[in-house]
Amino acid sequence: MTMALEMNKLDTNKKVGLFLVSAIVLAVLPFVVGGLLGNSWLRIIDFALLYVMLALGLNIVVGFAGLLDLGFIAFYAVGAYTFALLGSPHFDIHLPFYITIPLGALVAAFFGILLGTPVLRLKGDYLAIVTLGFGEIVRIFMNNLNAPINITNGPQGINLIDPVKIGGLSFGKPLEIAGHSFNSVYLYYYFFLALTVLVVIMAWRLQHSRIGRAWVAMREDSIAAAAMGLNIRNIKLLAFSLGALSGGVAGGLFASFQGFISPESFGLLESVMILAMIVLGGMGHIPGVILGAVVLTVAPEVLRDVIGPLQMHTFGRMLIDPENARMLIFGLALVIMMLLRPEGMWPSKRRKAEFDDAKKG
Amino acid sequence: MDIFLQQILNGLVLGSIYALIALGYTMVYGIMGLINFAHGEVVMMGAMVTITVVTSLMGAGVNLPGPILVLIGLVIAIPACALLGYTIERVAYRPLRNAPRLAPLITAIGLSIVLQQVAILIWGRNYIPFPSILSHDTVEIFGASITVLQIMIIVLCLVIMAGLLIMVEKTKLGRAMRATSQNPGVASLMGVNVNTIISSTFMLGSALGAIAGVMVATNYDQAHYYMGFLIGLKAFTAAVLGGIGNLGGAVAGGILLGIIESLGAGYIGTLTGGFLGSHYQDIFAFMVLILVLIFRPSGLLGEKMADRA
Repeated sequence: MTMALEMNKLDTNKKVGLFLVSAIVLAVLPFVVGGLLGNSWLRIIDFALLYVMLALGLNIVVGFAGLLDLGFIAFYAVGAYTFALLGSPHFDIHLPFYITIPLGALVAAFFGILLGTPVLRLKGDYLAIVTLGFGEIVRIFMNNLNAPINITNGPQGINLIDPVKIGGLSFGKPLEIAGHSFNSVYLYYYFFLALTVLVVIMAWRLQHSRIGRAWVAMREDSIAAAAMGLNIRNIKLLAFSLGALSGGVAGGLFASFQGFISPESFGLLESVMILAMIVLGGMGHIPGVILGAVVLTVAPEVLRDVIGPLQMHTFGRMLIDPENARMLIFGLALVIMMLLRPEGMWPSKRRKAEFDDAKKG
Repeated sequence: MDIFLQQILNGLVLGSIYALIALGYTMVYGIMGLINFAHGEVVMMGAMVTITVVTSLMGAGVNLPGPILVLIGLVIAIPACALLGYTIERVAYRPLRNAPRLAPLITAIGLSIVLQQVAILIWGRNYIPFPSILSHDTVEIFGASITVLQIMIIVLCLVIMAGLLIMVEKTKLGRAMRATSQNPGVASLMGVNVNTIISSTFMLGSALGAIAGVMVATNYDQAHYYMGFLIGLKAFTAAVLGGIGNLGGAVAGGILLGIIESLGAGYIGTLTGGFLGSHYQDIFAFMVLILVLIFRPSGLLGEKMADRA
């Protein structure tokens, strides 16, 4: 998919070739990963797809429209809780996923507007702080809305969330085909992949639409954009709500995939993580953002597997707790990456040129 | 009425600590136009270092009165935090002075994650108790009670803040700081070494943060590697409330926020008919922040600006 986005520079034959190759790679990927490394790694790939959706959503807000959002995880949370409350024994409501996921996306988009309206006049660091506060408010409410009426079940979270069911096929159970059993991570992989492709197409079409150009104009100079007849208020709210929309979809998927959610999963660190994905990947550049999301989901897991044994091997004992070391490396990576390559791993040509200009002058 | 006065007193204690931290944010913002996201971690480090010094002195059998022990801890924590502030500026901000605004924000967040993890490495994930060496005697004022320690916190905060204001207004360093905040280019033409001024601002703000950290630790009798985040966020809110970049504003905003928060926590149960309890206390700071930014983005004492960025 990432390759397919760079297609317009290539001739038609190569486009078709690239598209087919990426489609085949993505189609057989779960069998390669699951077969060679085991289901737990396929599970991580599934999470990578979720994060691709989240990062692309935040990219609409931060990358396209230039609005710095540090509370994006709130929309993920809203989507997840909508799904969980309407599909779990908690209220004993069991709506199917084709209702709850779109509904979660809509509720998240509504929250996007709710956040967007008061912060219309803010920019930069101020916007970052207010969105951060918004994210915390949502988390505090989730943590405390268990009394006097138990809505969110507080810090314990919601358990036994329904898996996605298509027809008679439940994603929660392994699928038996011709004597082979496929774990639910395989089913979720294809489901997530389909929705990720949808989100990529949405982001791609948006970027090259009238709205996308309006976002760029606003990002570069909102006064000039307003003078050109753009309704800044509307396009800002559109950015917030469309970004929140994909956050909400990813949230619903997360809830069903995990089967359990609690406020703990929606802290500030998660927001920072998603922001880091798009900044390290290449802000505003869809292939870069996808790359950033995949790298930042998979790399920490690899580290988790490597740090412990590596320490045992070299020192004969654990010097640093792997979780601790993992975060330490993550923090250092953020700093070093920004100092050495502030434009990200795979920036768009235009952005790269801007950074090169800034370095010269 | 007792509850009201009690909450006002609690708010004053909390507020003067917020004010001290808010000064660190506002000084850096005034000079560079950037929010120092790692400032909360400096506050945490100040508390941790002091506790470590005090505990190890006590462990070594040094028999001194509590306040002196804390003072010795501070004497070590203040330069340590000033050095930390200097390092933060050199690593996260100076190389990126001409980069887009998002870049220093990310480096600062990265550094604050690193500092938290370093704190976990040294002190672990658990709450660290503050040794009970300070008296918790209370004084009754019109039916409300306040500890001597808390009175000392308020007084000390006021003294430090007054000293800082005098320094900024009267001394040569203060004049250079004000010049740099107005226009770094022109200030350097007038012979001000802008880099030195920015470094000293970070160091000064961090030193205040260290003192505030110790106050938080003594007031709550504990410290934690994650304590910097929430208190930093609230102090930032205080700085915005008062008008960011304005020293007097940071003080006013801090005290006001402290009082709003304690009154809010004290009365939210009654106001909502028991629906929301005092565990929603943390929401008030964010609510205040959002409301201020909507209705008066320049803050209470800040100058009007055409375009806040």
